[in-house]
Amino acid sequence: MSAFFAILMRDVKLALRQSTDLGMILGFFVIAAALFPFGVGPNPDMLARLATGIVWVLALLSVMLSLDRLFASDYEDGSLEQLALAPVPLPLIVLAKALAHWLTACLPLIAVAPLIALMMNLPADAYGVLIAGLALGTPSLSLIGAVGAALSLGARKAGLLIAVLVLPLYIPVLIFGVTAVEAHLTQISIAPHFLYLGAILAACVPLAPWAAAAAIRHSVS
Amino acid sequence: MSNDGLLDGARLPGSDARIMGDSTPSSLFDATALTCLRGRRLVFEDLVFGLDAGDALMLVGPNGSGKSSLLRVLAGLIEPLAGAVRWGGSDVAQDREAHRARLAFVGHLDAVKAAFTVRETLAAHAALAGSTDPVDNAMAALGLRGLSDVRGAELSAGQKRRVALARLVVDRRPLWLLDEPATGLDAESLSRLQRLIDTHRATGGIVVASTHGGLEMAGAKTLDIADFQAETQGVSA
Repeated sequence: MSAFFAILMRDVKLALRQSTDLGMILGFFVIAAALFPFGVGPNPDMLARLATGIVWVLALLSVMLSLDRLFASDYEDGSLEQLALAPVPLPLIVLAKALAHWLTACLPLIAVAPLIALMMNLPADAYGVLIAGLALGTPSLSLIGAVGAALSLGARKAGLLIAVLVLPLYIPVLIFGVTAVEAHLTQISIAPHFLYLGAILAACVPLAPWAAAAAIRHSVS
Repeated sequence: MSNDGLLDGARLPGSDARIMGDSTPSSLFDATALTCLRGRRLVFEDLVFGLDAGDALMLVGPNGSGKSSLLRVLAGLIEPLAGAVRWGGSDVAQDREAHRARLAFVGHLDAVKAAFTVRETLAAHAALAGSTDPVDNAMAALGLRGLSDVRGAELSAGQKRRVALARLVVDRRPLWLLDEPATGLDAESLSRLQRLIDTHRATGGIVVASTHGGLEMAGAKTLDIADFQAETQGVSA
């Protein structure tokens, strides 16, 4: 367990050292959202209708853009080899790295999401559900993303490959994240949507690190 | 370490035959009929060696002959196509984690983080390896004290290599697998490395190192990978 926290601390520290990466991803999140009023017109009702979908889709894309730093830099400088040789189960290391990714990439996105919701004129009482949905859904994005990032190690155009591998797998999280807010706005129960988000996370926690670890073993062989 | 060790080293070349006949099952660390396939290329086959506590094995051979592949097989990064790597008589594939806990591997990538200082790089490794040894000892052993607060991005190739080698001191593992450890080292660092290796062997450690010259290991066995390559090997993959 101490190895788990050692990796977690290491990756959080590394991410904070390279905080320009984080800044750029947050910048992308906000700027991309600012394009929508130009594209679909500034009609407040129309934007309110689109707000949840926009926040979620852009969150998926932003998370995806941050995935290449999950394993790629460790792969290039040989650290991943050393991690694979540590006397610790590799899936545990992957889990720690995914948690570090969530803390340093997803949590800031969740913090900025209300700003975008405000820009998009989302009804005020839906903020709580949107944030709760993001909080429950984004850990799955980090975990699924870890599999994509591990599979793309050593590939040319790794960033594109990650997108192709990972975005289709993000669809269930997107669906239930958005429908939870829709359900809240139409006064029906949000519980089923959150249960599905929780179920996806419950499936990802054991499966994704195991799959990513297998891909990493292959990449360092 | 010892002066007579140098004499031993002088009669190293051509001692391959000794290894061939020496793969008795009683060796602490040995390989039996090890065969490695990379892509469609048979890198080596039926490779055998046996090493006891304090032994060193020098891997020689031209570029691309499979020295790195052998080291990676010994580390468990590559699965051999056939044969087994054994420690204390039991196949290491049966308990990979125990094997990883007894080996330290220095590959041709130094695993130095550009954003971390030397101290942080080593401390992060120590925390992962569960080593409680202060990293100052390791930095002192490789002459890195003055560089402890320098970021990896600012280190030269030779300095990065010294950081990679400092991990050996942090880890305190019985089996060292070194892929061209002398690359980029200056004369002083090379003698530090040789002292480390001598001390390691004197305390019962095993060293397997590939080299293109530079590194001298007193009384080391020599293994030429070309001896375990089929005649058809010349055909490119």
